[in-house]
Amino acid sequence: MSAVNEVRDSYDVAVVGAGPAGLTAATACAAAGLATVLFDEQPAPGGQIYRAITQTPVQRASILGNDYWYGARLVRDFQASRAQYVPGATVWSLSREREIGVSTGGAARLTQAKRVIIATGALERPFPIPGWTLPGVMTAGAGQILLKSGAMVPQGRTLLAGCGPLLWLLAWQYLNAGVKIDAILDTTARASRSAAWPHAPAFLFSPYFRKGLRLMLSVRRRTKVIAGVTGLRAEGNSRLQQVAYRTADGAEIRLPADTLLLHQGVVPNVNLAMSVGIEHRWDDDQLCWVPVVDGYGGTSVDGVAIAGDGAGIAGAWAAEERGKLAALAAIRALKPDTRQDILPDEANIRLALAKVERGRLFLDRYYQPAASFRIPRGDTIVCRCEEVTAQQIIDTVALGCTGPNQMKSFLRCGMGPCQGRLCGLTVTELMAQTRGVPPAEIGHYRLRPPVKPITLGELAALPKDEAAIKAVVRG
Amino acid sequence: MFQRLPDAGDLAVAITIDGKPVKARAGDTVAAALFAAGIDHCRTTPVSGTPRAPYCMMGVCFECLVTIDGVGNRQACLVPVQEGMSVETQRGKREIGR
Amino acid sequence: MAREFDIAVIGGGLVGAAIAWGLGKIGQRVAVLDEGDIAFRASRGNFALVWVQSKGLGMPEYAGWTVRSSEAWGGFADELKEQTGLDICHQRPGGFHLALSEAELANRESILKRLHNQPAMQRYEWEIMDRARVQRMLPQVGPEVVGGSYCPLDGHVNSPRLFRALHAGMQQLGVTYLPNHPVEQITYRDRQFVMHTPAGEVRSGKLVLAAGNGNARLGPMVGLNVPVRPQRGQIVVTEKAAPFLNYPVVTVRQTDEGGVMLGDSLEETGFDPTVGTGVISTIAERAVRMFPVLARLNVVRTWAALRVMTQDGFPIYDQSATCPGAFVATCHSGVTLAANHALVLAPLIAGGSLPPETFEVFSARRFDVPAAA
Ligand SMILES: Cc1cc2nc3c(=O)[nH]c(=O)nc-3n(C[C@H](O)[C@H](O)[C@H](O)COP(=O)(O)OP(=O)(O)OC[C@H]3O[C@@H](n4cnc5c(N)ncnc54)[C@H](O)[C@@H]3O)c2cc1C
Ligand code: FES
Repeated sequence: MSAVNEVRDSYDVAVVGAGPAGLTAATACAAAGLATVLFDEQPAPGGQIYRAITQTPVQRASILGNDYWYGARLVRDFQASRAQYVPGATVWSLSREREIGVSTGGAARLTQAKRVIIATGALERPFPIPGWTLPGVMTAGAGQILLKSGAMVPQGRTLLAGCGPLLWLLAWQYLNAGVKIDAILDTTARASRSAAWPHAPAFLFSPYFRKGLRLMLSVRRRTKVIAGVTGLRAEGNSRLQQVAYRTADGAEIRLPADTLLLHQGVVPNVNLAMSVGIEHRWDDDQLCWVPVVDGYGGTSVDGVAIAGDGAGIAGAWAAEERGKLAALAAIRALKPDTRQDILPDEANIRLALAKVERGRLFLDRYYQPAASFRIPRGDTIVCRCEEVTAQQIIDTVALGCTGPNQMKSFLRCGMGPCQGRLCGLTVTELMAQTRGVPPAEIGHYRLRPPVKPITLGELAALPKDEAAIKAVVRG
Repeated sequence: MFQRLPDAGDLAVAITIDGKPVKARAGDTVAAALFAAGIDHCRTTPVSGTPRAPYCMMGVCFECLVTIDGVGNRQACLVPVQEGMSVETQRGKREIGR
Repeated sequence: MAREFDIAVIGGGLVGAAIAWGLGKIGQRVAVLDEGDIAFRASRGNFALVWVQSKGLGMPEYAGWTVRSSEAWGGFADELKEQTGLDICHQRPGGFHLALSEAELANRESILKRLHNQPAMQRYEWEIMDRARVQRMLPQVGPEVVGGSYCPLDGHVNSPRLFRALHAGMQQLGVTYLPNHPVEQITYRDRQFVMHTPAGEVRSGKLVLAAGNGNARLGPMVGLNVPVRPQRGQIVVTEKAAPFLNYPVVTVRQTDEGGVMLGDSLEETGFDPTVGTGVISTIAERAVRMFPVLARLNVVRTWAALRVMTQDGFPIYDQSATCPGAFVATCHSGVTLAANHALVLAPLIAGGSLPPETFEVFSARRFDVPAAA
């Protein structure tokens, strides 16, 4: 691996994202002799799950657990490869012709790739409850990042709330580290649980089954878990002071709190893929937009593949295999005469993939967050950047807005710096519910570059041709 | 409110937050250093002026915007601390030229 | 099931919405038929100037029409605010066109001189300013700015809020807005128009085509020729900044919310609304040369929208000879002309005809005659 920050004019393969999918994809492409670059916005490789693995101060292996340390191997293999690694690199545009706009160290530039593998992973599903913008409220993923990368843990009265495997994992890691958790407010919906049971037998054979069960039991032994929570609210005057909720038997409870960590699953990070016009579909099990991909991650845009959770949530082990499959397709296209023993072994990959994907539907259904936590009402903020409430969005439907794009121009919802990442799904589902049509009919914001902000100065310094200049300069 | 585990080791990087000297760990992002320093919120919003603090820590939410070495609206959760760095919390809209 | 109205307006963009609002205000029963959420709708992608300077070279009547709207805008904005509670932030401090070289400035001056030397040109104030004078009014200009033109009639609004206010106002006036009603076919029989859409038929006694680039296809169905074509314009927007710019510049303006909008390209690319890096980079570069303080601001959004362009760049207002009661209104300055559309054009349409002494010049028949040498 060469870690020069010098971005070249062109590559055979450009991979975006240094999580498990991106790491294996880049390693395999480089092994086949393709000129490969891996861009990642973070300062170190690992993505979200293996965040800071090369530099975490948390050296007591028992805190983060074996599944975290497993990632060190992926990073080592990548580091041993000939791929170029560019950390601190934000990819802010991708064109259909596979021209990539990337920013490092405050300078933007353009580079061209024959193949692009998008491995930008997942982000946490929005959790729009009253008060979720108060300081003191953050995502469970954020809490975990502070732990992995800075050995930092919450102090004072700490509550975790929501549903999904990551919430339990974080609780387990905190407890291992000696953190006191006041309570876990479990919002898993009864309806979701019953919808999941038919898929339980398949899940029994999933590698996640035993792990998950053991972890959950271990957490339950060590801290208070309150099931069937509804009506969750964060309250406080300019910072979190208490958390209010309703119990399964209808009692209204208020707990004083300094930190509230929220989580209700992860969803694909689709902004880059959508901005280049890759076709997406609404997934009724995962309740999110998912790119339409073939068996190798290939998309509706020629030469652009998506690997890992960005192509649909399946977890880190699957991401690793899907990264290799995307690499395989790139190698076959660019170097068809590559020797068999250098190519990733497709049969093995598919076997491994089948194993880790077994029973996925059970997890999807079991942890499907309840509608009341996805589709807020009243004054609850939906768009954190522009401070737009649920009721305002509902009112635009009465004005004739049929989808997010007209609504956005009426309310500025989704126009802030996060570019709809924290409100897009909420908006789609909220408008669908209000209009009484399926989310697929509502659609998503139309996204355009830059998918991440760059400075005007950076943009101004890019190369431009005569036609571009003529299109702008006038008398 | 966050604290460091004993694992954190040395706090060797000297930075300032709103002019006050603070020690951070090499490898911290600015957002982590803000939490470690007990900063309650890092900005107030340009829309209503309400206080906000880092929310996602992974570059997605843009709640962590601060002024770093005189440049406004930088994502604190993506920028690693560096010796001598000056970090300022923000109020409302970014000032032009900063 | 067919629904019947006095007047159907096809298109719910700024032109259609302004006309429908004006018609609703005078008691007409109006339906607005529109496409859905994904549509070429320049109303969502414009630069929000209420602009006078440099308009009308080749058609002085257009300059007059523009000045008239600019004069009416203040009252129009007040009326919308009173009705809907929405402040569309209309401001008329005057506006600039900045030049980055002596050649650009000379070119600018010659264009404006030719414009104002036209016979029948309406008189209004404008001037060419040198760098020192520009700098007094725009202290942040960079060293490359050699001067510019200034016109006190120029202004700007919050265009998305105008769009929302018109829709909110329409609703209050009882106008029926029908999204997801793309009109595929129009038939005219027994003095009635029937609009055929996938969501059913709509009938009306009069008809206004305000479908932007869609008018080219719809016009011939009711005996109107509407030669318009899409012209792409790309726009760059920064994050919110504290107020720094007191006047709109034709390619740089700060919105009331704080964001700085930078515009905008003129590209003949057909129905292709993609953003191109080279063009937005050029826009950024010129903006930074005009105002170097902008260089550190973050770009948060860009977009491309399609203007509705005629051969000569001037609007088309027309009425059908073969299908009486059918009108067309189309222009590429739907923000600037919104006040006229709502307050002047709508009542004329309700009355049944456009007076030729004002409107003949805007008829598409001007394209039938080869221009005299
Ligand atoms: C906060 C969080 C914590 C999680 N923790 C766990 C856990 O502890 N255990 C577990 O089993 N699963 C966890 N998950 C789920 C897990 O992340 C995924 O299953 C797995 O990481 C998928 O791998 P990936 O390679 O697809 O994506 P990721 O690992 O997410 O990697 C994507 C990488 O792309 C980079 N990137 C994104 N956009 C750009 C851009 N425009 N330019 C440059 N770089 C970009 C990101 O910085 C990131 O490094 C977590 C998810 C999240 C969101
Ligand atoms: S905390 Fe979310 S972007 Fe930094």
